[in-house]
Amino acid sequence: MSHKILVIADHHDGQLLDATGRAVTCAGQLGADIDVLVLAHDGQAIADAAARLAGVARVHLVDNPANEHPMAATLAPQIVAFAADGGYSHVLGPNTTFGKDLMPRVAALADVPMVTDVMAVHGPYEFDRPIYAGNAITTVRAPEGQLLVASVRCASYIAAAANGHASVAPATTEAELPDHTRFVSLEHAESDRPDLQTASKVISGGRGVGSEENFRIVYDFADKIGAAVGASRAAVDAGYVPNDMQVGQTGKIISPELYMCFGISGAIQHLAGIKDAGTIVAINKDPEAPIFEIADIGLVGDLFEIIPALDAAVS
Amino acid sequence: MKILVSVKRAIDYNVRIQIAPDGSGVVKNGVKHSMNPFDEIAVEQAIRWKEDGTATEVVAVAIGDDTVAEQLRTALAFGCDRAIHVKTDDDVQPLTAARVFQALAERESPDLFLMGKQAIDDDANQTGQMTAAKLGWPQATFASKIELGDGRATVTREVDAGLETLSVDLPAVVTVDLRLNEPRYLKLPNIMKAKKKPIEDMAFDELGVAAAAPIETVTTKAPPKRGGGVMVDTVDELVAKLKEKSLI
Ligand SMILES: Cc1cc2nc3c(=O)[nH]c(=O)nc-3n(C[C@H](O)[C@H](O)[C@H](O)COP(=O)(O)OP(=O)(O)OC[C@H]3O[C@@H](n4cnc5c(N)ncnc54)[C@H](O)[C@@H]3O)c2cc1C
Ligand SMILES: Cc1cc2nc3c(=O)[nH]c(=O)nc-3n(C[C@H](O)[C@H](O)[C@H](O)COP(=O)(O)OP(=O)(O)OC[C@H]3O[C@@H](n4cnc5c(N)ncnc54)[C@H](O)[C@@H]3O)c2cc1C
Repeated sequence: MSHKILVIADHHDGQLLDATGRAVTCAGQLGADIDVLVLAHDGQAIADAAARLAGVARVHLVDNPANEHPMAATLAPQIVAFAADGGYSHVLGPNTTFGKDLMPRVAALADVPMVTDVMAVHGPYEFDRPIYAGNAITTVRAPEGQLLVASVRCASYIAAAANGHASVAPATTEAELPDHTRFVSLEHAESDRPDLQTASKVISGGRGVGSEENFRIVYDFADKIGAAVGASRAAVDAGYVPNDMQVGQTGKIISPELYMCFGISGAIQHLAGIKDAGTIVAINKDPEAPIFEIADIGLVGDLFEIIPALDAAVS
Repeated sequence: MKILVSVKRAIDYNVRIQIAPDGSGVVKNGVKHSMNPFDEIAVEQAIRWKEDGTATEVVAVAIGDDTVAEQLRTALAFGCDRAIHVKTDDDVQPLTAARVFQALAERESPDLFLMGKQAIDDDANQTGQMTAAKLGWPQATFASKIELGDGRATVTREVDAGLETLSVDLPAVVTVDLRLNEPRYLKLPNIMKAKKKPIEDMAFDELGVAAAAPIETVTTKAPPKRGGGVMVDTVDELVAKLKEKSLI
């Protein structure tokens, strides 16, 4: 049987997110017939970007003011209706907070189970996924003969190249949209730094950094080498940095080429977020810190001496 | 206002989990279990609302075998008024859990159903959203702040882009994130008092809910080990290593 796969586009501020390209790469391992569904308001540019993703056959754009903000309760019925009309066998979304919020609602409306965090594909219904914060990997088999809904663990895939040329067509659905959920606001820290989830280099700070002011040296060093900045939960909880910088089981799961962390002890919940990093460098003043068990390169010492020295050495 | 809060028993987050040698799963026997930390935060929130008069009744609900009663007692010690234990020895996957929670919500008619955003065992992050879908209720996931009032909840959510605020009509399902609150330490008198509070046992079949077609676990293995690392003694050595790998 051939499979028809629908990938739900994640986008923000009129831009297609890299996570969508990663989900398309995963979809490519399931079958060759891949469509992307863009639910947006004024989404033409997003749809055009999706059409450039290699491997995508068609992009469908549901343009509707109701889709301006990504609310699962509004989007899910449209996706379920569209997938049924189009005869799709699989619906995939990225495991960003957008996909995590949305895909289970899609699955439940379709009354099918869902596979979270696909990290490897063995067949159209058989996947690997992490459990226990990535401390175990299970191979799971989902029921065949019904819609398969899954989220893709973005850190496990590189984004599809932007050299394709799929068609873009407007689409509508018959879905009834609820009015019980209203968008109020988005507090979003603007930053010129690379995006944490897709950056090739990430510099992170933990409780050891000590304060919001002290984080300045972490930012400065990151800027010097063109890195994004992340943090441990302890650093977020203490108010040194905003929540969207948290790396780990309950924060962002990232796979940069270089992950350098300062003053982070290496709790399993933090490590869950960095297992796929290329090279992990740990700087900690405690030689017994568990982070050294997983680090590729470790240096014992005081971050307040080491960061300035690093800064000078790369200047 | 009446609040339902779900409570899941999971291996304690401090435990270093072991994979069963036959690949059937992780070793659970003889391993410390506790309430899923996200559920503890949900329970704490509900109890704070009870204490400030916002909530009139808080009911803890769980699905699972006899051992789950321990976590329901913990929820009662936090201050929940009563508990419902839907008994089954089978694995309960999120879609089935959602069907059960739908049935319970229809029976109990809460204004708010609070859940953890994910359980730290399967990390599925599905049950709340699925329950909301089944009930046709609004959902607000990953909540770090919840304000209740006037038939609505205003919920601040931790999303990749920052902090999003939604306003949802009640009844709704809200799943909680870590920064919503810090759960209290339980005091002995409360633990003693909890022993006298009612837990209603209910057989899974009584609810008239069918288990969903399951996702089968084929095998469970340890994640690939990372290659051994090296320790360096100086910043210069570190920089040389990074240059060698063209990382800076
Ligand atoms: C359910 C659950 C989910 C969680 N999810 C996450 C998550 O997603 N992400 C996450 O990060 N955590 C998460 N945690 C928290 C996690 O368990 C740890 O508490 C947290 O990661 C610790 O952060 P830290 O390493 O910054 O702080 P600490 O553990 O306090 O470590 C600070 C380190 O800094 C070092 N240090 C101090 N001063 C200096 C200095 N001057 N120079 C060099 N080193 C110094 C110390 O030696 C120490 O090792 C979660 C916990 C739970 C229960
Ligand atoms: C792919 C897959 C394979 C599985 N394989 C196994 C296996 O091999 N062995 C096994 O024993 N189990 C297995 N299960 C079932 C598993 O133990 C969980 O009960 C089920 O998956 C729920 O997932 P979760 O808790 O991660 O859900 P989440 O959606 O992450 O849970 C979110 C929240 O829902 C609530 N919740 C969920 N379930 C319950 C519950 N039962 N009672 C009360 N509240 C609840 C809690 O508030 C929780 O914080 C498997 C599940 C899946 C999806």
